[in-house]
Amino acid sequence: METSFTGRIWVLGDDIDTDIIIPTEYLALKTIDDMKQYGFSPLRPELAGEIRKGDIIVAGKNFGCGSSREQAPEIIKALGIQCVIAKSFARIFFRNSINNGLLLIEQPELHDHVKEGDEVTVVMNQHVDHNGKQYPIASLPENLMDILRAGGLVKAMRKLNGLD
Amino acid sequence: MGMTIAEKIIAAAAGVDSVKPGDIHTVELDRLMSNDGTTHLTVDMYRNKLKHPHIKDTKKLVFIVDHNVPSDNPKTAASQKKMRDFAKENQIDFWEGKGVCHQVMMENYVRPGELIFGADSHTCSYGALGAFGTGVGCTDFLYGMVTGTSWVLVPETVKFNLIGRLPEGVYARDLILTIIGEIGANGCNYQVMEFTGEGAKTLSISDRMVLCNMAVEAGAKTGIFEADEKALEYLKEHGREPKAVYKSDPDAVYAREYTFDLSKVRPVAAKPDFVDNVVPVEEVAGLPIDEAFLGSCNNGRIEDLRVGAELIKGRKVADKVRFLVVPASLTVYRQALKEGLIDIFMEAGAIVMNPNCSVCWGSCQGVIGENEVLISTGTRNFKGRAGHPSSKVYLGSAATVTASAIAGKIALAGEIR
Repeated sequence: METSFTGRIWVLGDDIDTDIIIPTEYLALKTIDDMKQYGFSPLRPELAGEIRKGDIIVAGKNFGCGSSREQAPEIIKALGIQCVIAKSFARIFFRNSINNGLLLIEQPELHDHVKEGDEVTVVMNQHVDHNGKQYPIASLPENLMDILRAGGLVKAMRKLNGLD
Repeated sequence: MGMTIAEKIIAAAAGVDSVKPGDIHTVELDRLMSNDGTTHLTVDMYRNKLKHPHIKDTKKLVFIVDHNVPSDNPKTAASQKKMRDFAKENQIDFWEGKGVCHQVMMENYVRPGELIFGADSHTCSYGALGAFGTGVGCTDFLYGMVTGTSWVLVPETVKFNLIGRLPEGVYARDLILTIIGEIGANGCNYQVMEFTGEGAKTLSISDRMVLCNMAVEAGAKTGIFEADEKALEYLKEHGREPKAVYKSDPDAVYAREYTFDLSKVRPVAAKPDFVDNVVPVEEVAGLPIDEAFLGSCNNGRIEDLRVGAELIKGRKVADKVRFLVVPASLTVYRQALKEGLIDIFMEAGAIVMNPNCSVCWGSCQGVIGENEVLISTGTRNFKGRAGHPSSKVYLGSAATVTASAIAGKIALAGEIR
């Protein structure tokens, strides 16, 4: 995992729930790649088509609330989003994201100072930079970083078992 | 330092004397439940991503088909077949068409003191019996299935001191919506909601399940009650013994405390598109509806069907309104048959369905179309949750939902009576 990276941002509001990230009716599709075009469709049908690899989502509080469907973080990752920065995350989504190697960063203020299309730079475990201002971020516990670095829990299990 | 019920359960599962919030522990899981929402993904990962995979203890696993049952298209039929075949190959307890997973778990498995992971967000329901149930994704489930363990960050506990007694015509459903309305949809994010006090004792096991089930809608990791005489009686009726009965220590540390006077709770509804968008029913009364839903793991038990049936007996569902009645389990369904409730609903023009998640999960049956309005006893009212993105879901009690089905618009049960 890079120690710092820069990306273009998409700005979303509070309480972005898992039914917005991927509505129930598309869960029956065969693969995450089939589903990803419908990501965020109830809120912004055009968004999935416009996200480019390396983009970053900046959101308000309680991002990922709702169901335990793991397709939610998988789709965000498949769309090419390199990390989500939010005021806070819902807990099941948080676990699922770590387990799938999607980086989440909690930052309570950034959301109030950015606009869509801006660029932010993340310096891992230290701060997020935007328009010359630094917003401090916490570091993740080491055991969770291990999972993220491996690219998710299953990959971390394979590593532990000496399979990779 | 004293510990809360939740902390004691985690300490026991971690094999340590004490834990405190913020600690990360490896815990042994007592049980793992997965349903047809995601089991096929777990099976795929198990088969394709692991080398020589092995299930730690098949006796701890329960697979339940409840989300799309009976299957509604070839894709769900295929994913359910995958789940069914896998359960058979590995001698995993398998339930299909017997009820919503959490109701089946409560009737057949959950014991006080257990730590249970479920691949469904409403696994927090099991706190009604003094167990620690929490929802996880399919990767966490896979890890638990293979190793028998998982990791937990010990959550803080928030105390909800309940006093008084719910008035006539006001239900646990109104209480939990009131609580979530007050603390917000992330009011207890990553915390445990412990319900206690004299008011808690007045609540039935079904009521307690209503409260714990929606703990996740306040962001909580779980909701929990102390397993008292009522819980032990329920357990005995269902032929089970507790694993361990824990009480919170007098010097246990809580992140916050709230007091709710049950006698002051009034019928409420959660407006679209957020569960914490809670108002008195009067404020939305008169809004025309297209569909009403009485069911779900939150509010589809015999107690809820009795409330609905008592109200609709001798009356009719409004013209052009669909009233879906979906018992939460086969046991509930058969009890309702015995009591003549199903006949009352049918006589009134309701559509009585087999036990399943139904429109609460927005697939399979009862899905609503463009701009349609649903009033529901389900768990969520997110945008598009029950069908078309432009449709609207209001949440209310069994009484409010049934009254609305009769009136054809959102209505207070008191006005129908």
